[in-house]
Amino acid sequence: MIAFVMFLVVVGSIVFHLLSPWWWTPIASNWGGIDSILQLTFALTGFVFAAVIGFMIYCIYKFKKVPGRRGDYEPESKKTELTLTAVTTVGIIALLAPGLVVWDEYVTPPDNVMPIEVMGQQWYWSFRLPGEDGILGTSDARNINDENPFGMNPNDPNGQDDILIQGDDLHLLIDQPVKVLLRSIDVLHNFYVPQFRGKMDMVPGMITYYWFTPEKSGEYEILCAELCGVGHHAMRGFVSVDDQANYNEWLSEQITFKESIESASLNGNNYAEIK
Amino acid sequence: MSDAIIPEREVEEQELYHAKSWWTEKVFSQDAKIIGIQYFCTATAIALIGLVLSWFMRMQIGFPGLSIISEGFYYQAITMHGMIMVVYFLTALFLGGFGNYLIPLMVGARDMVFPYLNMISYWTFLLACLVLVASFFTPGGPTGAGWTLYPPQAILGGTPGQESGIILMLVSLSIFIVGFTMGGLNYIVTILQARTRGMTLMRMPLSIWGIFTATVLAMFAFPALLVSAIMMILDKTLLTSFFMPALVEMGEQLSYGGGSPILFQHLFWFFGHPEVYIVALPAFGIVSDVLSVHSRKNIFGYRMMVWAIVAIGALSFIVWAHHMYVSGMHPYFGFFFATTTLIIAVPTAIKVYNWVLTMWRGNITLTVPMLFCISFIITFLNGGLTGLFLGNVIVDVPLSDTYFVVAHFHMVMGIAPVQVVFAAIYHWFPLMTGRMYNETLGRLHFWFTFLGSYLIYFPMHYLGLIGVPRRYYEMGQTEALYTQSAADLNVFITLTALVTGFAQIFFFINIFWSRKYGAVAEKNPWQANSLEWRTPSMPPSHGNFGKELPVVYRWPYDFNVPGAKDDFVPQDVSNSEVELAEGYEGTEIKAEQT
Repeated sequence: MIAFVMFLVVVGSIVFHLLSPWWWTPIASNWGGIDSILQLTFALTGFVFAAVIGFMIYCIYKFKKVPGRRGDYEPESKKTELTLTAVTTVGIIALLAPGLVVWDEYVTPPDNVMPIEVMGQQWYWSFRLPGEDGILGTSDARNINDENPFGMNPNDPNGQDDILIQGDDLHLLIDQPVKVLLRSIDVLHNFYVPQFRGKMDMVPGMITYYWFTPEKSGEYEILCAELCGVGHHAMRGFVSVDDQANYNEWLSEQITFKESIESASLNGNNYAEIK
Repeated sequence: MSDAIIPEREVEEQELYHAKSWWTEKVFSQDAKIIGIQYFCTATAIALIGLVLSWFMRMQIGFPGLSIISEGFYYQAITMHGMIMVVYFLTALFLGGFGNYLIPLMVGARDMVFPYLNMISYWTFLLACLVLVASFFTPGGPTGAGWTLYPPQAILGGTPGQESGIILMLVSLSIFIVGFTMGGLNYIVTILQARTRGMTLMRMPLSIWGIFTATVLAMFAFPALLVSAIMMILDKTLLTSFFMPALVEMGEQLSYGGGSPILFQHLFWFFGHPEVYIVALPAFGIVSDVLSVHSRKNIFGYRMMVWAIVAIGALSFIVWAHHMYVSGMHPYFGFFFATTTLIIAVPTAIKVYNWVLTMWRGNITLTVPMLFCISFIITFLNGGLTGLFLGNVIVDVPLSDTYFVVAHFHMVMGIAPVQVVFAAIYHWFPLMTGRMYNETLGRLHFWFTFLGSYLIYFPMHYLGLIGVPRRYYEMGQTEALYTQSAADLNVFITLTALVTGFAQIFFFINIFWSRKYGAVAEKNPWQANSLEWRTPSMPPSHGNFGKELPVVYRWPYDFNVPGAKDDFVPQDVSNSEVELAEGYEGTEIKAEQT
């Protein structure tokens, strides 16, 4: 009975894996390598799972109690143990080595990468693009107030042309590698777009990053993947991957840090007072 | 025929403190067996709270439209469920429960070496549980910070229970650690100093090796949790900034500055990863013993098994940051921790092979404890293999913080150890009560528990593969990700979880009915070799053994010794005392192997 049910468990698990309608979302970034290693890991671990349980089924079936029969007396077998250890080690290396190679790529952005900033706070996303100079200005949580929600350093010339996007979607140019600089101003968050495969926590007090190249145009949902309080599940946003024309059109509608400060002073606020 | 040399008695036996009243015998008892059972009962009671909390959250995940619970309560439920199950249930049950019950009996001691301290340890644990439960009744309720209690979120306003729940949680953990330290020192000293004559370290049952190594790990790991709990209490109450950088909460500048949230994560997981093995190693040990007895075969590769336990224990201290691959720590840590993490898979795999090889060419009796051992191997293997996904840093990137992680750790450190708990309780039930459990109820319980939990957690991995994040009160409208069929899968998981949870009633009926009305157990009903079955009375009385402590001549796995009449030779039987089989008269019994 148990042997038969175990057989069903193994076969059922494999069939479930092969026929399951629940599979990863179609990839929209350059991280196909991650998917390949996932596939490799599935194949290898699936084989080990079936082999070990299969052997156990054989044992239960073959060595089920027969009154009067005795089991073997074999305290240990160095040869068996060493062989199994060696085989396991080889399998582990086969998984680890390609994994580390892709991890190396993941943490090493290419030279032509464009820096962008994603800022998280309870419970929404804001974005900042570097503007024409291609450099993001410095920022500090201590600078944050109603007129300066990003906490930009007002004296940093690099920051004046930074494009600020609040309460709106992020747009990315297709095939342009981006280095996402991640910043939080209150608690931990995590910028996660399942179709891009990447993920990294945003930690107040420091700037973290990862990079990817969006390779498929479309609109993708941003999810927060690190518990950030009661609104965690509702912290969503959208990122849209555009071709050059659409991207340019969207970009021209955005405002820079300088413009936002100027419009704030037009509204009757003296910038010196804010500071 | 030569017997192994047994060392002389070095010190005179000391008389135990014998209870003088009902209170000191049954309630404020210093007998490790009673303290063990007190740990069992308290840990099980609090686990039932954890179980009910899991039903609430499963109802919310499966049927978000009903809005049975609020967002705040959902986060409180996942937090309390996690912390209760990991620390107050599994740790307390394996070390406090099985540790107390089994250590003196299995090493041939009359009691723990510090019985009074042992008693205090239990009452301190009970206090920790009461403080934890009290947080349900305070303003704002228990903390909803997730069981990992990551700051800054844990002590800020956007998290439920930040009024007082988080403080009670941290205080309760601190009390737990104090109580556990008292018990843990006791286990270590008893195992090192109070073994009976002839019980060398390499003749100890693997249960004791598992409990011993786990306790040593706990002694090193829990202090890290204690200091982080104290620091976080200070951050919360005195506005220090150990873990708190400059930050803005809901548009308001807070006075914190200069602290590091990642520091907390390092401290937490420096405790948290060994904690996995604090639960797993006793389970490894116990399952080895139960499996060997019911397979009627020695555990395969005993020495390798011992060294695997020790190696896993040592390695468990240098893998902690694999919980933090995407935490924002320096990316180069990923190379180191992925390598150490996958190395730990080797000794773990050896253990699995040796369990299966123990069954090979045995004479397997499919008793209820044996069935639970088998289901442990399946669930542990499954959970261990998915560990190879999450341990390999780059594969962890898409999977971390999704349901894949939830499924993995429930399979490997929830379901698998719980299968061992059941195997152990059924196995030692005759010893603890003097009666046999009911076979039919036991089998019903097994099938519901094993199949139910496999059906809950196996499909759950695939939700994570889609990318469904964990700790979401509801998924809402996310067509690309969370399709109707994924929502249906969650309904299935919820229903299975409810059925599996309720099926535990078979276990409780069985235990409560059988301890009074079960068939009276014969002595050593499983024909096992280890010393706990060699006591003069069953259940063993205070002091465990008779006038003389047993003397140990062999390892506990002498099954099917060639030449012996029975298929088992208990540890306290010398070679010259072994009854010989027909045709073997006058021949020599093979000396024990270790």
